[in-house]
Amino acid sequence: MKISHIIGIIIIAIAIGIIASTAGDASVYVTFAKAQAMKQDGDDKMIHVVGKVQKDAQGRVTDILYNPAIDPNHFEFTLVDNDNRAERVVFNSPKPQDFERSEQIVIIGNMQGDHFQCNKILLKCPSKYQDGTLETTEHEAKTAQL
Amino acid sequence: MIHTTVGQLGHFFVILSFVTSLVATVAYFLSALGRRTSVQTISVEEPQLAYAGESSFGGKTARHKAAVQPATPDNEKDDWKGLARWAFYVHGAAVLGVIACLFYIIFNHYFEYHYAWSHSSRALPVYYMIACFWESQEGSFLLWLFWNVVLGNLLIRTAGKTWEAPIMTVFALVQVFLASMIMGVVFGDTFKLGSSPFLLLREAMPDAPIFGTDPNFVPKDGNGLNPLLQNYWMVIHPPTTFLGYALTLVPFAYCIAGLWRNEPFAWIRPALPWTLAGGLILGTAIMMGAYWAYETLNFGGYWNWDPVENSVYVPWLVLVASVHTMLTAKRSSTALKSSIILTIATFILVLYSTFLTRSGILGNASVHSFTDLGLSGQLLVYLLVFVALAVVLAARKWKHIPTDDQEASVYTKEFWLFIGATVLCLAAFQVIATTSIPVYNKILESFGKISNLALPADQIAHYNKFQVWFFVVIALLTGVGQYMWWRKVDNKKWDALITPAIITLLISAGVIALGGIKNPVYMALLVSAVFAVVTNGSILIGVIRGNYRFSGGAIAHLGMALMLIGILYSAGYSTVISVNTSGLLISNQDEFTKNDNKENKENTLLWLNQPERMGQYQLTYRGQRIEAREIPGYIPRKDVMVIEGDFHGIAQKDIEKNGKVYYKKGDTLALYPENTYYEVEYREPDGKVFSLYPRAQVNAKMGLLASPDTRHKADRDIYTYVNSVPDPEAENKWEKTETYSVAIKDTFFLNDYVAILDDVVRTNEVDGLQIGPEDAAVRAHVRVMSKNGEQVLSPAFVIKNRMVAHPAETSDELGVRIQLNEIDPRTGKFTFAVNRTQRDYIVMKAFEKPLINLLWIGTFLVILGFGFSTIRRYREFSKMRDKLV
Repeated sequence: MKISHIIGIIIIAIAIGIIASTAGDASVYVTFAKAQAMKQDGDDKMIHVVGKVQKDAQGRVTDILYNPAIDPNHFEFTLVDNDNRAERVVFNSPKPQDFERSEQIVIIGNMQGDHFQCNKILLKCPSKYQDGTLETTEHEAKTAQL
Repeated sequence: MIHTTVGQLGHFFVILSFVTSLVATVAYFLSALGRRTSVQTISVEEPQLAYAGESSFGGKTARHKAAVQPATPDNEKDDWKGLARWAFYVHGAAVLGVIACLFYIIFNHYFEYHYAWSHSSRALPVYYMIACFWESQEGSFLLWLFWNVVLGNLLIRTAGKTWEAPIMTVFALVQVFLASMIMGVVFGDTFKLGSSPFLLLREAMPDAPIFGTDPNFVPKDGNGLNPLLQNYWMVIHPPTTFLGYALTLVPFAYCIAGLWRNEPFAWIRPALPWTLAGGLILGTAIMMGAYWAYETLNFGGYWNWDPVENSVYVPWLVLVASVHTMLTAKRSSTALKSSIILTIATFILVLYSTFLTRSGILGNASVHSFTDLGLSGQLLVYLLVFVALAVVLAARKWKHIPTDDQEASVYTKEFWLFIGATVLCLAAFQVIATTSIPVYNKILESFGKISNLALPADQIAHYNKFQVWFFVVIALLTGVGQYMWWRKVDNKKWDALITPAIITLLISAGVIALGGIKNPVYMALLVSAVFAVVTNGSILIGVIRGNYRFSGGAIAHLGMALMLIGILYSAGYSTVISVNTSGLLISNQDEFTKNDNKENKENTLLWLNQPERMGQYQLTYRGQRIEAREIPGYIPRKDVMVIEGDFHGIAQKDIEKNGKVYYKKGDTLALYPENTYYEVEYREPDGKVFSLYPRAQVNAKMGLLASPDTRHKADRDIYTYVNSVPDPEAENKWEKTETYSVAIKDTFFLNDYVAILDDVVRTNEVDGLQIGPEDAAVRAHVRVMSKNGEQVLSPAFVIKNRMVAHPAETSDELGVRIQLNEIDPRTGKFTFAVNRTQRDYIVMKAFEKPLINLLWIGTFLVILGFGFSTIRRYREFSKMRDKLV
């Protein structure tokens, strides 16, 4: 066997490993019902859920809990997913500043017990200038780690 | 009044640039065809490149096919080429004309134009007016066009007669596509070609109600450059990136020309300096972006594996791989073939990146929001045309590429360079495979399937787990490869590498033991990086003794090794020092306490003027600050009143800084009102004190944004940012007045604090009031027990000219305003009116990033190394060109 063949095989093996791992690490967009089902199957994978914050008739956000004087790292809110199922969401980071303005929210995390534990929030806020277009801001709970 | 002339002129220049680039493409194409018939390939004696340290090779020559100028007499003129050149020159002038028109519109604040209205404003200084060119997509295409014009003109001068026509055909064709992006011409009713920067506001937003009532409406002011981007990096980072993009076109054009002319070798020498220059500029641009993110943008660090970052990183990796194969392409057909593939791939990846970031396909996957201007289709065509062109051409010409009979041995530099290039490509492949996930969804959707794949939840971990290992291998390969390159490994013995290996192990063992490195991944990265430092360092010393001009490779590799060590420590050992140690936990449930209470308890709350202990520092939040345009440093926000909707404010007291009075009370001063800085005082264990000013920006486009402030020390940075603040736009709201009637020595509660009225005494001084002989004034002494000891509030009660005044005393620390309202001499009771408010606070996070300076030093070395190599290869090329002519 020539050395170039060996190298070729190694390269192909690494490439397959990369593709497999990408497929394995890739997350999915799901609803709360599916998230709950995944939890019951013992699947702890981080998933994306798209939804809206619960608002009252006046358009005010209801049911949020953030009291920095007690714990600056605890923020709770209720998210209604695209199937209109509401779940309590816990975010162990300060409340994103634009939270009340947001139209649509993507949360990344998984179900834990009675709530959705999320460690990243993507907010889509209506832009003041380009009405009709949404802009995304990102809030991450975790720190960068090598 | 609406100035339509300049916009029409600009639009004319856009169309002119499009047409001339089309003419130049065709004319250069015909010129190249004509010339090709007259080109003969003859064998010439071409001296082998004289690499330093390769003295054993110095005298040899190799026989290669090389293109030489056919002995055509000068009078046999190439008419097509003359036309093509003129078309390209006019094209260049037209591009400059477009830029001049657009700048004229921005500079003169013609807000009737959509571009000026949405990207500029009257408050912008000139350098940001230039920067608003590239805030939008049209402007960045314009910038790209501009750089291609500059490079095209350079190539017309330097490429030599044989190369000019074919490479400029490729150049002009690229310009056709780029110019079409800013055409803004609508065919029929639906097909729109490009997006013009010269649209009037009323054309861009025909449905806006104002234009129904007043078609000549001109806004008074524009929206301005996004304040987050108002930073000197915004002025230099985008042009650098686009110059890097433009530079990747040069080797691509040479490669295409080489294939076209059946000269698979000859293109490499002229292309190599350009590839190196591209690596230099693109690498600089990447690191500028990283530093910008680190310094201002608060993505948590210098690298976030954001799709936009990845889309520059991937072409750069492939470009660096192509540099390595091009260096040995003369000796190995594998390297020659891979040079062709990688050079093409670099340019295609640049186009792919442009498509990814500008088509809106990434959607909410990126923090960089690019709006879709409806150019996705056009960008896709641009990408596919060049993919098709390159692939078809390469496939057809593949048989002309010579093949080696022998396989490269592991004792040759060709082998090791090839392996290095392969690893670089695998690293690039891994990143692009994941970054393209949104593309897979789109492709599946176009086949009618629904795909709900999302990017990995923890992207950083996902990319790092591969990239770390790739760079472990790359660092080792740089050492081995350099020893091979400089022929230190002779007679199939690896002896020369034993000494550096031993030194590496000794150093690494020492660092691991003393530094307490426990993670095996970090150990591997450390060992390989140290090995790269030792080997490249020793090579560097040897080369500099010979001829410093040849030291580019060793310097760049050494720089990369230092960068790896810098990244290892600053990212791997970044420690959060703002751990919440207040003991105030919302719950003792397992979920909060697991992992040693680490569950993201990494933010801490600081009340105004209340010191907190954090790690080895004592931190105190000292209040809100604002930046004035003419005053160094920051001034307390309370000292100025910001005029609503303007960037000016009125001084509420004399503003003094370093003993100099800048403004008197009541003066108007220019500010940066969108930024609020939060002064955080750090007291080190040895008593030294410094302040950091993390900021929050009220950003009209993006809401409230935090930016960090960093204390740079030689061995580490302290990186601080605010995560949550009371809304800086909200007025200070005072709650309902409560009154307390107390006698001296009575105790009462003030905003949940215990307060004692100690005494009421006569006074002769009350701020802002003259106390005459007929008047009377007293001051109460209210002692408040707060967490940091006692504080005294002394509201006054004044009778002046038979009028009663009771100025309020405010304490921001306590969130209390108190007035002495009544004095009842009969009962001896004093009545206080008290208002409470939200106490000022910040929620902040702080990291220590050790050895981050190694990352920046390494970056400089890499850039320097690329610079040396570029110069060296360009000299080789120009010597050879002059010899041939």
